[in-house]
Parts: sequence; C-alpha cells; structure tokens
Amino acid sequence: MRNFMGSVNVRQILLPIGQMAIFITGAGAVCSGVMLVLALLFRGSGADHILQATQGVGILTYTLNSLPQVLIDGVTIGFVYAAIALGYTMVYGILQFINFAHSEIFAIGAFCGVESLIALNGLGALAKASAMGSFMYLGLALIIGMAAAGGMAVLVERVAYRPLRSSPTLIALISAIGVSFALQDVIRLAESMTSGQFYRVIPTFGNFDEHITLFQIGSTVIDIQVKSVVVILAAVIMLVALNYLVGSTKVGKAIRAVSQDKHTAALMGINVNAMISLTFLVGGSLGGAAGVLYALKFTRIDPFVGFMPGIKAFAAAVLGGIGNLTGALLGGMVLGMIESFAGAYLGTYTMGTFGAEYKDMVAFLILILVIVFRPNGLLGEQISQKA
Amino acid sequence: MKESLKSRFQDFLVFLDRGRTPYFVSIGLIILGFALVYLSPRSIPGFLVFVFAASSIYWLKMNKAVQLGLAVFLAVVLVPILGARNVFYLEVIFQIAVFSALALGLNIVVGFSGLLNFGYMAFYAVGAYLWAFFGSQQPYLLHSTVTTKALNTPFFLAPDYFYLFIFLGVIVAAILGLILGLPVLRVRGDYLAVITLAFGEIVRQLANNLDKPLNFTNGPQGITPIQRPTMPEGVLNLFNQVIQPVVGHRVTDNQAYNILFYLIALLVVIAVIVITYRLDDSKVGRAWTAIREDELSAGAMGINANKLKLGAFAVGASFAGAMGVLFAASRTFVSPETFTFLQSVGVLTMVILGGIGSITGVIVGATVVTLLNIQVLQSFSLYLSQLRQSEAVIPIIGFHWKNLSNQLDPTKYQRLIFGIVLVIMMIYRPAGLLPAARRKRELGGNPEDKDLEEKGA
Repeated sequence: MRNFMGSVNVRQILLPIGQMAIFITGAGAVCSGVMLVLALLFRGSGADHILQATQGVGILTYTLNSLPQVLIDGVTIGFVYAAIALGYTMVYGILQFINFAHSEIFAIGAFCGVESLIALNGLGALAKASAMGSFMYLGLALIIGMAAAGGMAVLVERVAYRPLRSSPTLIALISAIGVSFALQDVIRLAESMTSGQFYRVIPTFGNFDEHITLFQIGSTVIDIQVKSVVVILAAVIMLVALNYLVGSTKVGKAIRAVSQDKHTAALMGINVNAMISLTFLVGGSLGGAAGVLYALKFTRIDPFVGFMPGIKAFAAAVLGGIGNLTGALLGGMVLGMIESFAGAYLGTYTMGTFGAEYKDMVAFLILILVIVFRPNGLLGEQISQKA
Repeated sequence: MKESLKSRFQDFLVFLDRGRTPYFVSIGLIILGFALVYLSPRSIPGFLVFVFAASSIYWLKMNKAVQLGLAVFLAVVLVPILGARNVFYLEVIFQIAVFSALALGLNIVVGFSGLLNFGYMAFYAVGAYLWAFFGSQQPYLLHSTVTTKALNTPFFLAPDYFYLFIFLGVIVAAILGLILGLPVLRVRGDYLAVITLAFGEIVRQLANNLDKPLNFTNGPQGITPIQRPTMPEGVLNLFNQVIQPVVGHRVTDNQAYNILFYLIALLVVIAVIVITYRLDDSKVGRAWTAIREDELSAGAMGINANKLKLGAFAVGASFAGAMGVLFAASRTFVSPETFTFLQSVGVLTMVILGGIGSITGVIVGATVVTLLNIQVLQSFSLYLSQLRQSEAVIPIIGFHWKNLSNQLDPTKYQRLIFGIVLVIMMIYRPAGLLPAARRKRELGGNPEDKDLEEKGA
C-alpha cells in the first residue's frame, strides 16, 4: 500500500479538486451576489410589479427561490464547457494555434456515443437494463464517443495541420476552419445516408431523468437531475485524470517540454510529432466525452451542434487564459454561471424585452471584451502577441 | 510524349497571342457562346462557353480600346438579351457580380492588409437591413409584433430613395467597419479572426432578435416586401420595342427588373474594381502590404499602422454595405439566414481560391464558387433526383437508385465543398489559383527562406 501511495502523487489529485471547489464557490458566490444586489435595486420596478401580479411574489423572493437551481444548472453546463475548453487550450499550449475543428470533434463524439446507445436500444438492451446496467451502458457510450473523437482529432492533425506547421498561423487557421466545415457535412452525410434523419435523439433509459431532492426551503424544492450529477461526476473524473496525466507523468512532462520549446525537446530525445498527436488524442477524447455528456443533458443533437458550445468553450479558454489548464476550468465555470444566470433572469428583469435568446450573445460579448481588454485571461498566462 | 504535348500547348498559347488571332478567337468565341445560349437557353455547356468567351476578352492580348469595346458590348447588349430569354442566367451573373464585390472587399482586409475577417457578412447584413427597414413598411410596424402578412399602409419612403441608400449603405457600413476596427488595434492574428467571428454572429443574432422591444427587423421572419426603384413605363416600352424581336417575347416587368439590377450591380462592381486597382497601386496599398509583412518595420518606416488598419476595415466594409442595399432591393426580402458564418466563410473561400491579394484571382474565385454553388450543384441534384425516380440500378453492387436517401442533396453540401477547397488550397497552393505577383514571390518560397524560418521558430 505504501508503495502504491508513493508512486501516485496524491497532491496532483487533490489539488485540482480543491481548485474546482474554489472556482465553483467563487464564481457562484460572485454571480449570486451581483444578482441579489440587482434584485434589491429592482424592487418596486416594473418587473417587480409584473411578478407580483402573475406569481404573487416580489422580485427579491423570486430571485432567492430560483437561485439554487440556476447555480446547479450553471455548474453542470460549466463542466461541459470546461471539458471542451481543455481541448482548445491544450492544442493552443503546444502549437499556438486555435483548433477550430474542435467543435466538430465534439459533435463527432456526441454522435458516436448517441448512435451506439441507439443501437443498444435497438437490441433491447437498454430497456431491460438495471440501474447499474444503465450506468454501464452510458460508460460504454462515453468510451466509444471518446475513442471516435480522439481518433478523428489525431487524423485531422495528421492530414490538415501537420503539413502546415511551418506556415504562418493564419494559413493553419484557415485550414482548421475548412476542416470544421467539411466535418459538419461529413457527419450530416453519414447520418442522412444511414438513418435518413437530420438529427438524433438520445434514447431514454435508466433513471437519468429523475430528480433527487437536495433540500427544501419553505415550499420550494431544490432538486438536481440524475443526469446532471452524472455530467458533473464524469467531468470531474476526467479533469482530475487529465491534470494528473499532464502534471505528474513522464508523458505529461514530455508534452510540457514540447509546448515550451519543440527544438530543444527534440534534442532531449522526445518524439515531438508523437507528443503533438497525443495532445490531439487527449484533447479530442475529452471533447468527445463532453459531446456525449452534452447529448445526455440536452437530449437532441444535430450535425451543427458543435458550433455554439465550441465557440463558448473557446471563449471560456480565452477567459481563463488560453494555454493554461486551470484557466480553462475557471473560464468554463464562469461562462457556465454567467450563461445560466443570463438565461434565467434576463427575461424577467427586462420585462421580456431581452429574453433568454440573448444568452448566446453574452458569450460572444465576453469573448470580445476579454480578448480586447485582457488577452492574457483571468489567470494571466503569458501569451505571445504573435501574428 | 508528355513533353511534346506540353510544348505544343505552349506553342498554341503563343499562337493565340500573335497578330490578329486574338481578335478572331475572342469574337468567334463570343458569337459561338451567344449562339449556343440563345438557341438552347437551358444548356450548361453553352453557358460555360459564354463565360469562357467573356474571360477570353481579358486574357488575350488585344488593343485596349477593342477589349473595352467588346466587354461593354458583351455586358450591356448581349447579356441582357440572353437574360431576357432565360432569367436564370441573369440571376447567375447577378450573383457573380454581387459576390465579386464582396470578395473584393474582403480581399482588401484579408489580402492587402493581412487581417483575417470571419464576420464580413455583418457589413452586408447592415447594408441589406438598412434598405429593408427604410424601403418597406417596417417603420410603421415598430410597435407591433412580428407579422408575416402584408399591410395596407403605404411604404415609408419613395422607391427612388434606393439610389441614395446605396451611398448611405456605403457610409453606414464603413462606420461599422471603423467600430469593429477599434479592437483590431489591440489584437493580432488568430485572436482577431475570433473577434470578427463573434462580431458577425452578434450582428446576425441582433437581426434575429430585434423584433422586441421595438420591431426593427421582424425577427427570424425577415422583412418583406421591400421596394424596388421605379421602372418608368416609357423606358420599358422602348426597351420592348427594340428587344422584343430578338428575344421572341414581350419582356415582363420582372425580367426588366432583373436586367436593371444586373446593370446596377455591374456599375457597382466596376466602381469597386477601379477603386481596388487604384488603392493597390497607391501609397496606401503599399503601406497595407508593409503592415501585412511586418508591422514593426512598417511602423519604423513611419507608417501609421492604426490608421491604415482602420481604413482597410472601413473600405472593405463599405463595398459590402453597397451590395447589401442592392441585394435587399433585388430580393425584396431579407432574413437573418442570409448572413451566417457559412456565408462569410464562403466569401473567404472565393478570395483564397482565386488568390489572396490578386484582383483578377478574386473575381475568378467568386465566379467559380458561385457557378459551383448555384449551377453545377443544382444540376447535379436534379440529376440525382431524376435517377431516384427512375428504375436504374448500379450494376455491380446492385444498388437501386430509388433507395437513395432523400437527404442526399448536393446543393445542401456547400460546407463540405468550401471546407475541402480551403484545406486543399492551404496545403498545396496557399497563394491561390492566380496568385498576386507579390504574394507569389513570398509564398512560392525559395527553399532557403523556409529553412531559415524553421530555425528561427
């Protein structure tokens, strides 16, 4: 036992969990605080009167009652964004290049996972599955999604990025956009040829749709869906595993070396191409897993499903400081929170003038503001001002 | 064998450019193309010959005056006649003109000054919505909810304000370009690309969502009807008297409008081409190139990079603004769906396919992509659907065409085509099909340069 503990760096496992806890409570506390101040300010406004008339509660009570639910939603979606953002940030860290096709890697993971679940459902396996069995099947779908997405990411790197490694960044970026567009239609082509449908819906199985009651305040019940718990748990495990891989294994050390200086790393006997492929594999499979989790949470996916989460996750990566793994986590959490709050309260507070449809725009605005005013992100990783 | 073929081909090219041959070839091609399209208005090969004939005027070595005369004759006389016979081709040519102007505008930003812009459609959208708002009944509907049915209220402005709005479109889009340009001063490279993408999406989402609190854009439904400039009866009648015997039937109002919009688009494109040529050849153009190559050194040479970058954004945007106004009037309908990221990348594909920074290349790129989009793919789709209805079977694997999925419609796979074109061009020919002279030297690369770059990296 002692031997085992000696070889596993416990600090590397506990540290990211601690970080996550701090980020979640921090982002949640800041957002809730701002919201409560707003609620106090909005007392007696038109929005308050409307709420009094329709629901019989003041705006402060209304906000307080819905706050826990909004926070839980924010954390769930934040973890999905964080898992996608890690793919962007890893690739940026090693190649200083935005892998635009990552959003489609995510979509491929989602599709492969969902397709395998649909196939299992066709065999009748899902309907008969026990509670434990349904988790097993979900795990299987996750693994299939991860494998497909990781494989595709490696393939894309080999075909479209490696030949361009010595070209100017913009050339590689345009190539990445091309890959992203082509993959969208490849998914669509494959789907329309095989299933004849444009979108897929994840089959309902197990107890993922049930709600677990967390606690009760007065008459309002605060609950969390089983699938949200699954999403959060799976994401936490993956993030910890990734942190361990990069932070305290030999391979991780090699990856870090390559991202610092490719030529010197090559001189030290590190196979640079292999490390870059590995980065794409790891980042891609994280994205693929995020895709399956996304499908589980939102049930319906179509070939263009990757675009919005992809761009938001990129915003999250930039927000946290691109190239910085901890930053991606923080950025994902903050973005998830902000989006969840915007979606929940924007409509009520502006009396329906600006509804939840503006929550996508919030992400874009954050992206622009962060890039313009704090391009190094919240955690301040130094990025080069390369053209 | 191969060598001799190649040398024969080169001999042929030399022969084409000698003495009077180019005149005969060009005029012969034009007559042939015109005759083919005139006689069988639906044939695609005929149309391709016609396009080829048009480009031969540019490529062959001829007297400048003759070239100009032929081009004007082709554009002002032949195309409208053919267009009246088959409106579809006029539509194709109109789209080529619109996308050429857009691609030339993007070329100023991407090609000349090296600033990647993924939100270019936003400026087009602003131009289109500008006329869509003021040229429809929308100003009266500000306080109503989204409607689809036409109202009996009069239009807000007289239809001939359209001409004024082309210029207003230029100004408004240029101002918006300056606003977008401001962050550009702080950001470079790929971050800039992402900012412009976000900007483009914000504009599209605004168009989608600004139906409340005040109904500016009518939301996802889009605005319709939008006015077209007036067509005086007298002109139409005169036109009919002259052209009816040639066309073979009376030119209807709609056909006349198509010809009018084609001519306006032609004027705008010519203006855009002239401006682009003059800019490329000016102090400003050289300064843009200097900034693209090395901003620090450009600054050291006394170039005010900030001012020039803003200028590039404003000029590029203004072309799109003008075309947007024209687009709104010609379609009499705008909706947010026209201004997606896909379209922005489509225009970028045109620029990259033709050759970043090369004016001829960009126009060729716009022509090729537009033809591919609305003609080649469409006829391929048509062919597939015919196969689907037939009893045909693929022999060896025994696949019945009937069983082919209905979703498999090549017109819907633009993304695949744009994507593959972009990747292949970037890997094998980053300077484009017809590279700009300067760009060719720089990207064609002598091998020593590349070595140095790698060592420096």
